[in-house]
Amino acid sequence: MLTAIIVMAAIALVLGAVLGYASIKFKVEGNPLVEQIDALLPQTQCGQCGYPGCKPYAEAVASGEAAPNLCIPGGPGAGQAIADLVGVPYEPLGGEAAEPAPKAVAAIDEKTCIGCTACIKACPVDAIIGATKQVHTVISAVCTGCGLCEPACPVEECIIMDPVKTDIGNWKWEYPTYEVKKVA
Amino acid sequence: MRTLHTFHGGIHPPEHKSESNGRPIAQAPVPRHLVVSLRQHMGAPAKPLVQPGDKVLKGQLIGEPAGFISAAVHAPTSGTVTAVEPMTVPHSSGLPDLCVAIEADGEDRWAEHSPIDYKSASPQAVLDHIRDRGVVGLGGAVFPTHIKLQVNGKLETLVINAAECEPWITSDDLLMRERADEIVKGIEVLQHLLQPAETLVGIEDNKPEAIAAMARAAEGKGIDVVAVPTLYPTGGEKQLIKILTGKEVPSGGRPYQIGVVCTNVATVYSVHRAVNLGEPMISRIVTVTGNVRQPGNFEARIGTPVDELLQLAGGALPDTSRYIMGGPMMGTPLPNSGYHVQKASNCFIAASDSLFPPEPPAMPCTRCTHCAEACPVNLRPYELQWFIRGKNFDKARAYNVFDCIECGCCSYVCSSNIPLVQYFRYAKSELMERDREKRAAEMARQRSEMKQQRLEREKAEKAAKHAAAAAAAAKSETAEDKAAKQAAIAAAVERAKAKKAEPQNTENLSPAVQAEIAAVEERRTKSGEAVNEEA
Amino acid sequence: MSSPHIFEGHGVGQTMFRVMAALVPGIIVYVIAFGPSILVSLAIASITAVAVEALMLKIRDYPVKPFVFDGSVLLTAWLLALSIPPMSPWWLIVTGTVIAVVFAKHLYGGLGNNLFNPAMVGFAALMISFPAYMTHWPAPMALTSAHLGFADQLSYMLTGSLPAGMDVDAINMATPLDTLKTQLHLHHTVSEVLRMPIYDVIGGKGTVWIAVMYLLGGIYLWRARIITLHIPLAFLGGLFLMAAFFYLKDADHYVAPWFHLVTGGTMLGAFFIATDPVTAASTPKGKIIFGLGIGALTYVVRVLGGYPDGVAFSVLIMNAFVPLIDAYTQPRVFGHVKQEEASR
Repeated sequence: MLTAIIVMAAIALVLGAVLGYASIKFKVEGNPLVEQIDALLPQTQCGQCGYPGCKPYAEAVASGEAAPNLCIPGGPGAGQAIADLVGVPYEPLGGEAAEPAPKAVAAIDEKTCIGCTACIKACPVDAIIGATKQVHTVISAVCTGCGLCEPACPVEECIIMDPVKTDIGNWKWEYPTYEVKKVA
Repeated sequence: MRTLHTFHGGIHPPEHKSESNGRPIAQAPVPRHLVVSLRQHMGAPAKPLVQPGDKVLKGQLIGEPAGFISAAVHAPTSGTVTAVEPMTVPHSSGLPDLCVAIEADGEDRWAEHSPIDYKSASPQAVLDHIRDRGVVGLGGAVFPTHIKLQVNGKLETLVINAAECEPWITSDDLLMRERADEIVKGIEVLQHLLQPAETLVGIEDNKPEAIAAMARAAEGKGIDVVAVPTLYPTGGEKQLIKILTGKEVPSGGRPYQIGVVCTNVATVYSVHRAVNLGEPMISRIVTVTGNVRQPGNFEARIGTPVDELLQLAGGALPDTSRYIMGGPMMGTPLPNSGYHVQKASNCFIAASDSLFPPEPPAMPCTRCTHCAEACPVNLRPYELQWFIRGKNFDKARAYNVFDCIECGCCSYVCSSNIPLVQYFRYAKSELMERDREKRAAEMARQRSEMKQQRLEREKAEKAAKHAAAAAAAAKSETAEDKAAKQAAIAAAVERAKAKKAEPQNTENLSPAVQAEIAAVEERRTKSGEAVNEEA
Repeated sequence: MSSPHIFEGHGVGQTMFRVMAALVPGIIVYVIAFGPSILVSLAIASITAVAVEALMLKIRDYPVKPFVFDGSVLLTAWLLALSIPPMSPWWLIVTGTVIAVVFAKHLYGGLGNNLFNPAMVGFAALMISFPAYMTHWPAPMALTSAHLGFADQLSYMLTGSLPAGMDVDAINMATPLDTLKTQLHLHHTVSEVLRMPIYDVIGGKGTVWIAVMYLLGGIYLWRARIITLHIPLAFLGGLFLMAAFFYLKDADHYVAPWFHLVTGGTMLGAFFIATDPVTAASTPKGKIIFGLGIGALTYVVRVLGGYPDGVAFSVLIMNAFVPLIDAYTQPRVFGHVKQEEASR
């Protein structure tokens, strides 16, 4: 009886030592969780999740404070990936808010802009340039289409979200129509 | 005899060359209405230089290259610009694209154009000359030729691609039979520019007349005309280089990395016209074949309506249901003939269901591996389609979907009639879109972090300023002026330094964006003035 | 529709029917050597297979016509019928076919999706469930005085009754492979055993000629570019090498390698079963590994294992390794210096 206990304890000690050594020796230098989550987010910085940007939302998800399904522009794809990463079940967001809007780019009507800089302050990625009492404009190549400038603008119909149109330059090949099975 | 090498796979589709190679090249008359697309080359579309109502001369520049990979576009004849707007172009998407419509005046009057003496001019001047004449590769990919010819370092081999491996097409064949001397003059330009150790012209052995004509013209010019076995896709750039030199262009790389430049034979002919005659690329040889009464080859202006070419070929037969631009293996399908000749249009095929039976319905893949045996780049198409159907794009990339040249061999041999090439195109464009989104997200993340940093620093600076002001007020006014002054100067220097270190949101932008900003600034100055005036 | 606009593909059906055509010479010799009962087996298996396939397609909501006529299920039925004893009772054939079509094919997702060779799954299930029936092979007609006519054979298969005065043992005997194994266990030497009447010059009476016909059919498949020779040659090579090694070590207890090549299911397995594209390895190198594995395992099962033949089990075992083999034998892609591990 005693021998058995000693043997078991010895085995436990040895295995524990091996495991402990392995955890130090073979430690995987991975990204911290926040950065891994942040990398899965679309970086629109739109705040639709209720956090002031993608990074704060990533921090909230990592700490377990927020659910992984709140990112609307990322859609179910990003939600599923984050849920897999943090190891929680993914539940699709219900309701109309869950539909990601088509990708759009902000445009400022140069005739109505009063040069108040409100949109510049609102833009999370500094995609609007201009100065006080000067007409502002959007650098469309860096605009994420978050739409935060739209409510910030005090003038009616000065900022519009222009949906990105498909042309030959950004057109994509379609999935081949190949269905053997009758569509259920 | 050279030792020829082989590439993996390849197929022998029915050639159908004899339909159209029996008659000499006919001159297509200058059409009344022309539509010239501003995107007839790989890269960015040309920027239009004309407006509706403008008079243009034959060979006048109407679109200038926009960006590094782009090409010039010229008026194919003299006349009046009637429209500059999106119009139907032969593209798989079926989407309209910016075009210049020209109504010909029938005079076909040349703009001023002059040749360049390439032997005395600097290489860069010759390249600029070629660029300004809108010369692009006529083999199908329409890559700007002047970029292809910019090679640093020693060039081993200049390969002239005259394989013309696609069935039905005979435009290069006829060009070589009739204009071998001009082609050789074009080759001499390239030889002078590139100084290759050897020059090889690769022609498939199903074109004996062209081989003979080229061999005769090339005599004593240091040009080796090589007959290569007929096997599709020998005319693929990488495949032909492999056959002739045994060297493989690295995956994702360009031929110059292995000391080779490869140019299509019709392009070389255009180089001759551009350099020795000064003529821009405004016409090309087009094969019109398939379901037409009199198939043949025509020298047609860019922008010629396909309908007129079909009339020249005796008209399409009544059971024609669709058209193909290019060959049957890689060509673009066109639902009707309401299109116009592009620089890329080496062939128009009128297609009927009896001549080109539609593919039978697809069955599941049985992994018979015929596709892998036919693939010229040794991919495993059956594995790839499996991943792509599961939307497992990362796996598709790992199995090298980007090495696919879309030659169509796999779809051609597939016993289950699976549209394999379509799957690969879909996966490639999906992956490219994802990469674009990833880059955009990365840029947005950096910019957002930069903004956060700036806001925090501004806050800190403001606080420091307030504290300093309060401290100064508390100090007696009688303190030594000198010290205060010095401190103020030091602070100002510090501020200036900090300002310099401050991240600028206009930095790290692509030239295109910077140009856009510049344009916006200009516009804003103008509209700002307007606002001020109103005020 | 985008390019290409021309197609050569003959369709799955044509491939399958050509494979079946390649089996016909073997079947003809089979009839000559063992009587027409094999034709009844083939018919029962075919009818069952088509019926079950149609039913499964219906249940799974797939279009019935194109899949039933693609020939794949008929080929499965034929391979199964040719693998089991020709005078099996009807229910044995039906059971095997149902297992093959329902479990091995449709529960995996139907044509193109099955991991294991359906005919061999059916065979293995029968072998394990009904070993007595599966080891009762009719004696070659040249060896038995108790001749059964076609009517008698048919009646036995359908009702299990034999003409008066005859019992099962009179018409059945162990196969050449089985006999060899049993006799070696009884401490006879190989040369003694091979003097028994069931053996021909190098293999079993009758069966050796069937094997030759399968070989010819296989060569036709190769010439018609339906199969490549990688798998058959590797299979035969693996079996031959194993057999040669033991034969050279001890010729008294291990039979000559050529005996193995023409006996049992070797030729049918090498050219028609192991080459089933759906379940076989698909890269050139992978096909060789796959074939060598089957050949070596077949020898192990035959000589060391408890079953008379090993082709079916070897094929199934190697089927399980196919994804692994394929992932590690991806060939070098044009323009790549060395194949990166795509599998990771």
